[in-house]
Amino acid sequence: MSTKPRRSGITDETPWVKWLLTGTALTFIGLFLLVPLVSVFAEALNKGWELYLAALVDDDALSAIKLTLVTAAIAIPLNLTFGVAAAWAIAKFDFKGKSLLVTLIDLPFSVSPVVAGLVYVLLFGSHGWFGPWLEENDIKIIFAVPGIVLATLFVTFPFVARELIPLMEAQGSDEEQAAMVLGASGWQTFWRVTLPNIKWGLLYGVILANARAMGEFGAVSVVSGHIRGMTNTIPLHVEILYNEYNFVGAFACASILALLALVTLALKSWVEWKAERDTEAARAAANAE
Amino acid sequence: MKTRLFALLPALLLSSHLVQADATLLNVSYDVMRDFYKDYNPAFQKYWKGKTGEKVVVQQSHGGSSPQARSVIEGLQADVVTMNQHSDIDAIAERGKQLPTNWATRLPNNASPFTSLQVLIVRKGNPKGIKDWNDLTRPGVNVVIPNPKTAGNGRYTYLAAWGYALKQPGGNEQKAREFVAALFRNVPVLDTGGRGATTTFMQRNIGDVLVTFENEAEMIAREFGRGRFEVVYPSISIEAELPVSVVDKVVDKKGTRKQAEEYLKYLWSPEGQTVAAQNYLRPRDKAVFAKYAKQFPSVKLFTVNDLGGWKAIGQKHFNDRAIYDQIAAANAKKK
Amino acid sequence: MTFKKPSVLPGFNLSLGYTLFYLGLIVLLPLSALVYKTAGLEWADFWSTVSDPRVVASYRLTFGASFIAALLNLVFGLLVAWVLVRYSFPGKRLIDAMVDLPFALPTAVAGIALATLYAPNGWIGKHFAEDGLIGELLGKEIKLAFTPLGIVIALIFISLPFVVRTVQPVLEDLEIELEEAASSLGASRWQIFSRVILPTIWPALLTGFALAFARAIGEYGSVVFIAGNMPMESEITPLLIISKLEQFDYLGATAIAVVMLAASFAMLLVINLLQWWTAKRLGRRT
Repeated sequence: MSTKPRRSGITDETPWVKWLLTGTALTFIGLFLLVPLVSVFAEALNKGWELYLAALVDDDALSAIKLTLVTAAIAIPLNLTFGVAAAWAIAKFDFKGKSLLVTLIDLPFSVSPVVAGLVYVLLFGSHGWFGPWLEENDIKIIFAVPGIVLATLFVTFPFVARELIPLMEAQGSDEEQAAMVLGASGWQTFWRVTLPNIKWGLLYGVILANARAMGEFGAVSVVSGHIRGMTNTIPLHVEILYNEYNFVGAFACASILALLALVTLALKSWVEWKAERDTEAARAAANAE
Repeated sequence: MKTRLFALLPALLLSSHLVQADATLLNVSYDVMRDFYKDYNPAFQKYWKGKTGEKVVVQQSHGGSSPQARSVIEGLQADVVTMNQHSDIDAIAERGKQLPTNWATRLPNNASPFTSLQVLIVRKGNPKGIKDWNDLTRPGVNVVIPNPKTAGNGRYTYLAAWGYALKQPGGNEQKAREFVAALFRNVPVLDTGGRGATTTFMQRNIGDVLVTFENEAEMIAREFGRGRFEVVYPSISIEAELPVSVVDKVVDKKGTRKQAEEYLKYLWSPEGQTVAAQNYLRPRDKAVFAKYAKQFPSVKLFTVNDLGGWKAIGQKHFNDRAIYDQIAAANAKKK
Repeated sequence: MTFKKPSVLPGFNLSLGYTLFYLGLIVLLPLSALVYKTAGLEWADFWSTVSDPRVVASYRLTFGASFIAALLNLVFGLLVAWVLVRYSFPGKRLIDAMVDLPFALPTAVAGIALATLYAPNGWIGKHFAEDGLIGELLGKEIKLAFTPLGIVIALIFISLPFVVRTVQPVLEDLEIELEEAASSLGASRWQIFSRVILPTIWPALLTGFALAFARAIGEYGSVVFIAGNMPMESEITPLLIISKLEQFDYLGATAIAVVMLAASFAMLLVINLLQWWTAKRLGRRT
């Protein structure tokens, strides 16, 4: 993103290096990203727009879309709050055991999604630690929405924190310290100094976590119970359709996930572009005076 | 920050609350049965409404047979379970203690209202001349079978081949073992589920033969077109019993025993059996079978019980380091 | 030395306390259930489960393929991030937007799509067949799908966004004055990159690598569709966990899961220590 002013010629690569690097990057993106995505849309539209749209307005698909959005809407703010708190503690302070803490935060990434689902079964299943108590009190956690939210929280746990930690470490805490010395309160410093500095990293983190929350299959599959029209998220619904040999429906629902991700990203680009324009306008105004 | 977390908790708990109709049944089933219950549930609802005036809502849950059984054991509130092998319902009885161990005797026909069998699906014109199980062990023939460790479909195929080899003149366990080992040497891809194997065969164009259930052949025809493959009935095959049961602990708690038992019994009614036949599941009812005999060629069959029953089979063949694992390890070394 | 170095910034207790509380609730409590369950297993049984030759072969494959995929993503992810931040070309915003999509696609869909493309009759796979463009060039067929290569392909796909997205914000933040200063002192472009830019982005790069690696180790959904799942050859560890569960062998499944957890924890810890160390050594200098 060109949030920086135009750089001078001396810090530019020669054109042929530029072209080589761009070409290689695009080939890589093409082979591993673009073509698979195009093929998803190609499969979805294989039998025409009508079938594509029909697959999406199906009752089960709609309830799956709703459940997916609700799950993400609960999981993302929780992990966002955590991510900011963790990054603040880790990046702005020096304390013992920091690497251990960071590693523990990373851990959910390396846990196989299936195991991530299994651990909640071990906790809340009929034979789990809290299972008998939950059953006595008629509270449903797994095979219901709370279980799906918990599994999603687990798999998207590290995203925001991990996005922010390296960024905030690279930025250091000089600006915050200056603000504090000048008499700003802790919250003022955070809102006025830190947040503007980390907003893009924060946004990336949220977008990544959101994409993953909506796309998670393995962990959710273990705790969902697969009750059609009730506890199926979009990815689970996709699997069902695929197993029904309804390839158009399966890929149509998958493409919805891709589109949702694209919408959030378009939104991000728009915000970025607007911010850029505003600063440029301000600069132009300042120059004119 | 913490207050936000706690403010959300009630919302989480409330959202798990289910909307109740007159009576709601949850049928926890396996993947392939979707089409069948899509047709059967409305038929039962109509019958039940006519008989009692009560409206029954049937919710469906589908997945792999064993994972579904695990979910029921861990608390998924299934009123009825409809699985693809007895061992899955046995596990619910033994591990979950949610139904009595003699569940299979509570309904006719070993509690399976219909059956299927393993058939061979070959490419159009049968270019490799596949006629029977022994053709699958020929060098140069590639066979697509789902992983017996993760798919009931794969287990049935393994057992069908095992039984075929046993029943050949001079057949014994050693020969059966060699035969099955030779068969699995010809498997290029082990998909985790039956439908994945079908996709590998039909869409990826991998393999000369796909071994799967008879009713699956019809589904393949509907989706991929009849002209693209042929069904070969082997000289002998295994009868796949597809068992059903009420989950006693759940229906007694929910007060849905009456509806759940009727829901299963109605599977044996002429209407239920007809829906089965229309979905290419072999009905138990002789009259219905006769009506649809054209689509069910007669094949010599043996059953899982002829091989000692699922429990013994599991220990002997499919548990860790049992015969299937030994064969797989030996085959991997030979490569 | 005390637990924490003094700082004028407030909020340490609140932020760290909340971090630990939430970490405990969402991550540590569930994982301790996993470890506790495994503790029900006799040591000998545990050992024979996790050291079975087939399981060991699957560790080698899972960790090896994940490492290769993460390494490739390190190189190409940096390249993509660099190109996206520094150069302008048509369609840049679109490409930038698409980088995150591997997360959004359900892993199973990714696996199916990749298997379709890289299978011998797929859009990409057919060029590697015997009569394909690349196959003829090399004089032999290269099988991509249904081999360990297929696993690497799937893992590259699902972990692609990590390196790009961790490096990108740091690259954007890079102060151009440093490069200009280096340039005016006569440093070549490559020297500037390796001496000025690389040290600054190194912690982020390592983070991206660690995350990509970690994510790849646990991946199941996309891999099973493209792996072929042949015993000893293309069978990943999560698949073995699934097949244990299939036999209702919870103890066996959790035993393997615990071994994977311990191994990835150790590796992540090493990478994070390395990152922290390099950040301290190099980062403070800039």
